[in-house]
Amino acid sequence: MSQPETTAPQPDAASEATAHRADATATATAAQPDARTGRRGRTFALLGSELALVFRRRRTWAMLGALALVPVLIAIAVRLTTDGDDGGPAFLGDITNNGLFVAFTALTVSIPLFLPLTVGVVSGDTVAGEASHGTIRYLLVAPTGRLRFILVKYVGAVAFCLAATLLVVLVGALVGALLFPIGPVTLLSGTQVDGWSYAGRAVLLALYVTLSMLGLAAIGLFASTLTTVPVGAMATTVVLAGVSQVLDQLPQLDWLHPFLFSHLWLGFGDLLRDPIAFDSFGSNALLQLGYVAVFGALAYGRFATKDVLS
Amino acid sequence: MTATADLAIRTEALAKVFRRQRAVDGIDLAVPRGSVFGFLGPNGSGKTTTIRMLLGLSSATSGRIDLLGQPMPAARHTVLPRVGALVEGPASYPYLSGRANLHRFDAADPTSDPRSRKTRVDAALDRVGLTHAADKKAHAYSLGMKQRLGLANALLAPRDLLVLDEPTNGLDPQGTREVRNLIRSLADDGTTVFVSSHLLAEIEQVCTHAAVMRTGRLVAQGALDDLRAQGGRTITVRTPDVGHAGTVLIGLGLTPRRDAGADTLVADLPAETEPEAVTAALVHADVRVRGITVGGGTLEDLFVALTGEGFDVAA
Repeated sequence: MSQPETTAPQPDAASEATAHRADATATATAAQPDARTGRRGRTFALLGSELALVFRRRRTWAMLGALALVPVLIAIAVRLTTDGDDGGPAFLGDITNNGLFVAFTALTVSIPLFLPLTVGVVSGDTVAGEASHGTIRYLLVAPTGRLRFILVKYVGAVAFCLAATLLVVLVGALVGALLFPIGPVTLLSGTQVDGWSYAGRAVLLALYVTLSMLGLAAIGLFASTLTTVPVGAMATTVVLAGVSQVLDQLPQLDWLHPFLFSHLWLGFGDLLRDPIAFDSFGSNALLQLGYVAVFGALAYGRFATKDVLS
Repeated sequence: MTATADLAIRTEALAKVFRRQRAVDGIDLAVPRGSVFGFLGPNGSGKTTTIRMLLGLSSATSGRIDLLGQPMPAARHTVLPRVGALVEGPASYPYLSGRANLHRFDAADPTSDPRSRKTRVDAALDRVGLTHAADKKAHAYSLGMKQRLGLANALLAPRDLLVLDEPTNGLDPQGTREVRNLIRSLADDGTTVFVSSHLLAEIEQVCTHAAVMRTGRLVAQGALDDLRAQGGRTITVRTPDVGHAGTVLIGLGLTPRRDAGADTLVADLPAETEPEAVTAALVHADVRVRGITVGGGTLEDLFVALTGEGFDVAA
């Protein structure tokens, strides 16, 4: 079969190509200043859209609701069984003396399982969820650059972590104030601070726990670039959170412990000293940023060259 | 020969190899600006793979792509905002309304103006007839409505090129006709429309140009009239005097075959031979003619000849 319009006449081809490339460059440079000033503001458009996407979803609210139940259940349970001094998680016994401890207890209880579970769901869904819906095609041809896409999805997952921890603290404070006496709080270092100062520390705690989840969220993001089945990425992430915590319990592996992303998850006692010690905050930040750098780079490396076939 | 600048899409030896299979095997597409270009081929012939490469969704194994005169994927940030696309079926967030879906896709385009977003989204919904269902969640949409939502997404901004992969999939005949009208009206505005389909009949009426794919290769390409001419006509003569008629047809330079029944002769009809001349010659020679029909010369015939008939998925 003949192909009338396919092959270019050879002598022309070279000059044609050069001319057309020069033309393309001219168009590109002409469009650049406008596009660049616009792009900065409009990256936030996609970010805003991503946050709306995360927080408009019923699943997100179901998970936040479940997390908010933790402080409520703890407070009610302690209130009903007044003698709360026989063991249990840290701070549990202190709740009866002071309702402000509810928030701390609730976060402590959520950290090993509930929180990683929800973070695993959200971060595992980031890329794989868009791929399974096919919406990733339309975002990429819009066009969203692949780096921008990955960054925005990660920020969306981090926003969820922040919302979750702040919610637990807030609900804990409210329920604690309702069911127990509120008063000056005795810190681990023995000094007393008033309720407001304590509230400030509770917010710091929420930030600390959010920080703790950054590494896990980055792992979830990477897992999410490996598959188009979101559940697979979610399960992987949650399992890894468990594995990391189990390894952290094995004394034989103590050389490994400082490198486990869950190693400093419960290391927020410093925030209850006076003056506040930020050492653990700093070392946790270093640890988490290391994970973010490694798994962020892996996620981008995987995604940048990936054929989007879904 | 069309100059490069006049081509909306141009590929050179474009190829994609998946492990052992050459899904696209060195194709040279030339889609003139302003054309409505039908990209035809059976299921599995490499159309969607080609479209994915055109849009930078997957990388080419080898070859070169120019979209609107700029190389892809290098220039995707400047080119893609001018391209509207429906790739491999529509996609949406099931838990968002149709309107919210479009808002999201529009926000993903760094060149789109957020101030005009609402107006443009509403206009796109209106253009595809989805306004009444705009606030329904997308999971409640029928396949046809999802298809319309996908088309609306392609129309969010004024585009120079539309790439529509099987846009009539899942639509009823009325919807198919609406899509054809939409394509026609877009083409009238000067937009180049590149539309793929495995059903020739659905798009033949709107195309000015077409290309036919078969197992990863381009087997025909050009203006529709040129392609039609390649299709070839046949003349069918029904007569009791088969032998006599055969002699007359041979005398006219035709090669009659008796493959359509005992009283029927079929022959390819060259462009320079008019059917009425055949009729006159037969009558002159006192052949008792019961019927003469001229067939073929349609794109359908060419399409079937090039791609084979039936439901076999190309290997």
